[in-house]
Amino acid sequence: MSPASSPSAEAAERLALDVRPSALGRGRSGDRIFDGLVKATVWMVLLLAAGLVCSLAWESRTAIAAFGWRFLVTSTWDPVAGSFGALPFIYGTLVSSLVALVIAAPLSLGAAIYLADLAPLWIRPPIAFLIEMLAAVPSVVYGLWGIFVLVPWLRQSVQPLLGRALGFLPLFQGPPYGVGMLAAGLILAIMVVPYITSVSREVLLAVPNSQREAALGLGATRWEATRIAVLRYGRSGLIGAILLGLGRALGETMAVTMVIGNRPQIAASLFAPGYTMASVIANEFTEATSDLYVAALVEIGLLLLVVTVVVNALARLLVWSVGGPVKGGLA
Amino acid sequence: MITRHWYTFGRTAMAGALAAGLVLLPSGARAQMLMNGAGATFPYPIYSKWFEEYTKVDPEVRFNYQSIGSGGGIRQITERTVDFGASDGPMTDEQLKKAPAELFHIPTVLGSVVPTYNLPGNPKLSFTGEVLADVFLGKITDWSDERIKALNPSANLPKQPIVVVHRSDGSGTTYIWVDYLSKVSKEWEQKIGRGTSVNWPVGLGGKGNEGVAGQVKNAPGALGYVELAYAITNKLPAGAVKNQAGKFVEASIESTTAAAAAAAKNMPADFRVSLTNPPGEDAYPIASFTWLLVYKDQQNEAKGRALAKFLWWAIHDGQKYPSALLYAPLPAPVVKQIEARIKEITFSGKPLLAAQ
Repeated sequence: MSPASSPSAEAAERLALDVRPSALGRGRSGDRIFDGLVKATVWMVLLLAAGLVCSLAWESRTAIAAFGWRFLVTSTWDPVAGSFGALPFIYGTLVSSLVALVIAAPLSLGAAIYLADLAPLWIRPPIAFLIEMLAAVPSVVYGLWGIFVLVPWLRQSVQPLLGRALGFLPLFQGPPYGVGMLAAGLILAIMVVPYITSVSREVLLAVPNSQREAALGLGATRWEATRIAVLRYGRSGLIGAILLGLGRALGETMAVTMVIGNRPQIAASLFAPGYTMASVIANEFTEATSDLYVAALVEIGLLLLVVTVVVNALARLLVWSVGGPVKGGLA
Repeated sequence: MITRHWYTFGRTAMAGALAAGLVLLPSGARAQMLMNGAGATFPYPIYSKWFEEYTKVDPEVRFNYQSIGSGGGIRQITERTVDFGASDGPMTDEQLKKAPAELFHIPTVLGSVVPTYNLPGNPKLSFTGEVLADVFLGKITDWSDERIKALNPSANLPKQPIVVVHRSDGSGTTYIWVDYLSKVSKEWEQKIGRGTSVNWPVGLGGKGNEGVAGQVKNAPGALGYVELAYAITNKLPAGAVKNQAGKFVEASIESTTAAAAAAAKNMPADFRVSLTNPPGEDAYPIASFTWLLVYKDQQNEAKGRALAKFLWWAIHDGQKYPSALLYAPLPAPVVKQIEARIKEITFSGKPLLAAQ
C-alpha cells in the first residue's frame, strides 16, 4: 500500500502548489476576495468558540470566586444555603456515558459488520434506514418511553435478577427503584446506537474489497477475514464512530433527566439514582433566582464544555496512537 | 443541550427587546399595543386564557407572555426588559433592593399542592405536617410506622419502605411544599429551608408534575407531591392534611380559596405573604398565591394605564375563569385589598386609574 500511495501523494501536493494564485502569476482580485472570505469564516468560527468560553467564564465568575477549586471536588448542592459543588454531576455524566458506551459499542459494531459484510444485499438498505431512523426520534420521546416502559421493566424484572445473580458486586446492590444510573445508561445506549452503527457501517464499506479478498484467498474464515482484514483496517474510523456516540451521550439532557432519578450523590451501585451536568442546568436554571446560584449553574455549563473537550482530546489521541490504515496491508 | 437552553433564554430577551423597540416607534394610526411579560410557568394556562379573553375587552392590547420560570421573570422585570413579571414565590428583600424602582406584587390566583402516593388499593390517607416533614427528612421510612398508623387507623398500611419523590426542576410547587414543611417542622426549617430547589435529604427527583406523578405511579410505596390541578385531572390519590385549626382538610378549589380568605385579616400591604398553614377551619394548609410583578411608577403612560386596567379586570371579571382551569380564585376580601394597590400605580406621580 504505502509504496504505491506516496508518489501519488507527492504528485497531488505538487499540483496543489501549482494552482495557487501567486504561482499562476495572475492573482485576480476575485481570487483574493474569495481567499479572504474563507479565511474570515474560519476565524469567525474560532472566535465564536472562544466567545462562548469567555462568556461562560464571565457569567460564572461569582461562583468561581466563591468556591475556587472546591467546586470540582465537593458534593454538596444546596441552593438554599448557597453552597455548591459539582462532583456528583461530573461523576454522573461520565458514568452514565460510560455505561451507555459499554452497552452500545458492541451492539453497534455487530450491527455494522452484519450490514456491511454479511447481510443479504436486498435487506441492507431497509435495515440501515430503520437504525438511522432511531436517531430521528426526539429525546423527550425516549424519556417518556423510559418512564413508562423501561423503568418499570428494570424495577420488576431486570434489577431483581441482576441483584440475585451479581449482587456480590457493589455495582448491582441496593433497592431496585427502576430509575437510576442503569436506566440512564440504557436510554443513552439506545440513543447513541444509530450514530455509532451508521458511521461504523460507512467506515466498513470504505474498506477496499481487495483486503477481504486477500484474507479469504489466504484461507481465512469469514470471522477471521472480518477481524484481521476489515476491522484492523478501519479501526481509527471505528473509534471515531464510538467517540461520536460518546459526544452525544455526554450532552444529552432531556431523556436522561427523566430516568436518572436526579439525586446529586456518588454511589457505587448502578441501581442508585444519580444526576448529570446537563440535567441539573436544564432542571434548575429557570427558577434560579440568586446570582450565586445562576453563576454556579453557568459554571457547570463551563465544566461540561471542558469535560467534553478533554474527553474528545483524549479520544483523538487514542485515534492517533492506533494510527490510520495498517501499513503494508495484512499484518 | 445547554446551548438550546441559552438559545431560548437569549431569544426571549431578544424578542422582548425587539418588541419594546417596535412599541417605541412613533405611529400615526392607533397602533396595537404589545405588552410583554415573562415568568412563572405554573399560572401560564390561566394567564393565556386571560390574555385571550381580554382582547375582547380591549382589542388594542396584545400580550406576549414567555413562561420561562419565576427566576427568569424576576430577572427580566428587574432589568426592565419586560412590562410585567410573574413569580410563584415572592421576591426577597434583597431582590427588591436590586430593582431600579419600587415593585408591586399583585396576587392573581391561588394554587395548592397535595401529597400523592402509591399503596395497594390507594386508601384515603390523612397526614399531619410533622409526619410529612419527617418522611421527607428521612426519619419516617416505612408505611407501617406508628405515627402514620395512628393517623389512619382504618387503612390497611403495608410494611413497605416509603419511596420519597420530589421535583427535580426548580419550581413554585416545590417552594410551596417546603415553605409548608418549614412552618410545621423546626428541624426542616433549620436543616433544609425554603427555596424553589432544595438539598433534599432523601428521595428521587422527577421532572415536572408529570415526572413526579410518573414515578409515584411506577414505584409501589412512593410518596410525592404535585399541584392540585394535576392531581385532579389525573385522578391521583391525594391525602388530606391537618390544618392549623386541627381539622383534616382535602385540597379543593374551595379549600384553597379559604386559605387566602383566612389570611386576609393579617395581609401585609405588599402581599408578599406565605399562605401555608393559615388559620381557618376550612383552609387547606398547603396553598399559595401566584403574583404578577409590576413597577409602581410606570415609564410609559399609555402602556402603564393599559396594564393597570388589565390588572383591574383580572382581579374582578377575570376571576370567573380560574376554576375551570383548576386554579382557585381570589377571595372577596383580598380583591378589595388588591384594588387599593392597583390604584397606586402611577405615571410620573399621577395615578393611572383615578377614574375607577
